[in-house]
Amino acid sequence: MTAKQTERVLMKGNEAMAEAAIQAGCRHFFGYPITPSTEIAAYMSKRMPKVGGTYLQAESEVAAINMVLGAAAAGVRVMTGSSSPGISLKSEGVSYLAGCDLPCVIINVQRGGPGLGGIQPSQADYWQATKAWGHGDFQILVYAPSTVQEMVNLMMEAFDKADEYRIPALMLVDGLLGQMMEPIVFPEKDLSKLPEKPWATNGHKHKREHNIVNSLCLKPDELEQQVIARFARYDVIKEREAKAEEYLVDDADIVLVAFGATARTTRSAVDMAREKGIKAGMIRPITLWPFPEKIIQKASKTAQCFLSVEMSMGQMIDDIKLAINCAKPVHFYGRTGGMVPMPVDILGKIEELARGLK
Amino acid sequence: MPTDNLQNYQPQLHPAAVTIITGHYGSGKTNFAMNLSLAYQHQGEDVTLCDIDIVNPYFRSADFAPLCAEHGIHLITPPFANSNLDTPILTGQVDGAITNGACVVLDVGGDDAGAVALGRYQEKITARESYQMILVVNQCRPLTATAEDVVAMIDDINRASKLSITHIVNNSNLGPDTTLEQITTSLDYGAKIIELSGIPLLYQAIPRKLLDPICARTVPDNRLLQLYEERKIFPVDIFVKAPWTP
Repeated sequence: MTAKQTERVLMKGNEAMAEAAIQAGCRHFFGYPITPSTEIAAYMSKRMPKVGGTYLQAESEVAAINMVLGAAAAGVRVMTGSSSPGISLKSEGVSYLAGCDLPCVIINVQRGGPGLGGIQPSQADYWQATKAWGHGDFQILVYAPSTVQEMVNLMMEAFDKADEYRIPALMLVDGLLGQMMEPIVFPEKDLSKLPEKPWATNGHKHKREHNIVNSLCLKPDELEQQVIARFARYDVIKEREAKAEEYLVDDADIVLVAFGATARTTRSAVDMAREKGIKAGMIRPITLWPFPEKIIQKASKTAQCFLSVEMSMGQMIDDIKLAINCAKPVHFYGRTGGMVPMPVDILGKIEELARGLK
Repeated sequence: MPTDNLQNYQPQLHPAAVTIITGHYGSGKTNFAMNLSLAYQHQGEDVTLCDIDIVNPYFRSADFAPLCAEHGIHLITPPFANSNLDTPILTGQVDGAITNGACVVLDVGGDDAGAVALGRYQEKITARESYQMILVVNQCRPLTATAEDVVAMIDDINRASKLSITHIVNNSNLGPDTTLEQITTSLDYGAKIIELSGIPLLYQAIPRKLLDPICARTVPDNRLLQLYEERKIFPVDIFVKAPWTP
């Protein structure tokens, strides 16, 4: 990075996340290129050698995620990035990372699925990210930025929170955000205060006992206690880390819920609805796990109904229903397979709902 | 002398049989290629715009099919551009256009990786009566933020394409947040590139919305006015847009 950090630069979402990782102290990247996330690896291959870091194109996504596990166990800031099919390949390693209580950051620039699917943008990995990215009882932090600037800010936060809670953190973005360019500023990051990692397997130098990082536990009662302790930590995360943006929610009859790039087309639709005199608002989850239940629950006291807008078949609907205890109807508008919900189409659904209001 | 009337200002155009648009990822090549094609076409050229970007999955010339059709520009795109098939195929149509097209504009993929696609056309391009290879540069892109970065990239692209860059277009911009102040700052950068590379400046690109003060000669920097007098200011319209952009 030759421009001064305080200067505004024009970057693609994928490049911006890669640069933000470097500025957050990440010096190890292991990955395998795949559209539409390839710029992450391409950028890292150019930048890592210049900052004394390691870029390695692994032989597969499975190899890459296990290299991430090794580096994380050694206590360094490490990341990988991929797109949907590659993310599925990493699922075993993610479960092992969670079982080892290891911090790392992973980027998923989602494309259409299932299977090989397509290369156009999608949000259909929501369930995988928030519910079951691998076997066993575990959760990971899931961030859902909606601008390139927010990709930078949350990337830096993801490294901090991953370290703080010893948990993998996922940046769940879509191909549209990964490929688009916007002007950004990199915030100053003080790397002198990174947290100590006394558990890291980085050589005891005859000054302490061996550290062991492992997800294997031979005694079931001990494994149960490990998992219970992990879930106690998850409760703390749920209490402290859930985030959402509220837009025109206070007097809204119809509250739309959307994240990522979809939140941007949804915001345009909300503005168009307001111009027509329809009281629409939007809640934009910034974290998908933990899900911002309290903010959505609060809105259910005044809203007449909710509308989930997604680039999927409606994977977030159940989380909204749970957050409000099914107190109000939750409707859905979405596109999938690489299609993007456009403002005019979302507006059509808002108008349809508005006609049915009391 | 150029006129002071904004509607009448035109940059000095230099159409060639083949015009190649190359540069770093995200420097604005595709948007500039579309603008240049329109300018050539409006001057009476019979333009063929070829999307030979084999690296970029989204935001490409193939998006401009309706615009090209409206203005009578022939558009050649990879058969699966913007579909779900991720294959860098260039068909025989491109060979035909490069060999016989009256005024061909090639929109090339970014960096030396994208310029590799040019190599196979090198003999056909150099066999034409004239060609020019334009490097689009943007100071606001971190990996081409210095003239030295750009000179290194020129070598990489020349080697990959087996051709030589003949002109520079300074397209330094911050997308929708571009200001005249930021463009003025980039003039030193453009001058340094020209000094280090020995390659001449073809245009200083400026968003059309910022053209007024230059035409009215109210900008404080004389270099912009001089470029305007030389008709080297190229006004660009923004065609590459996100789905939420009005």
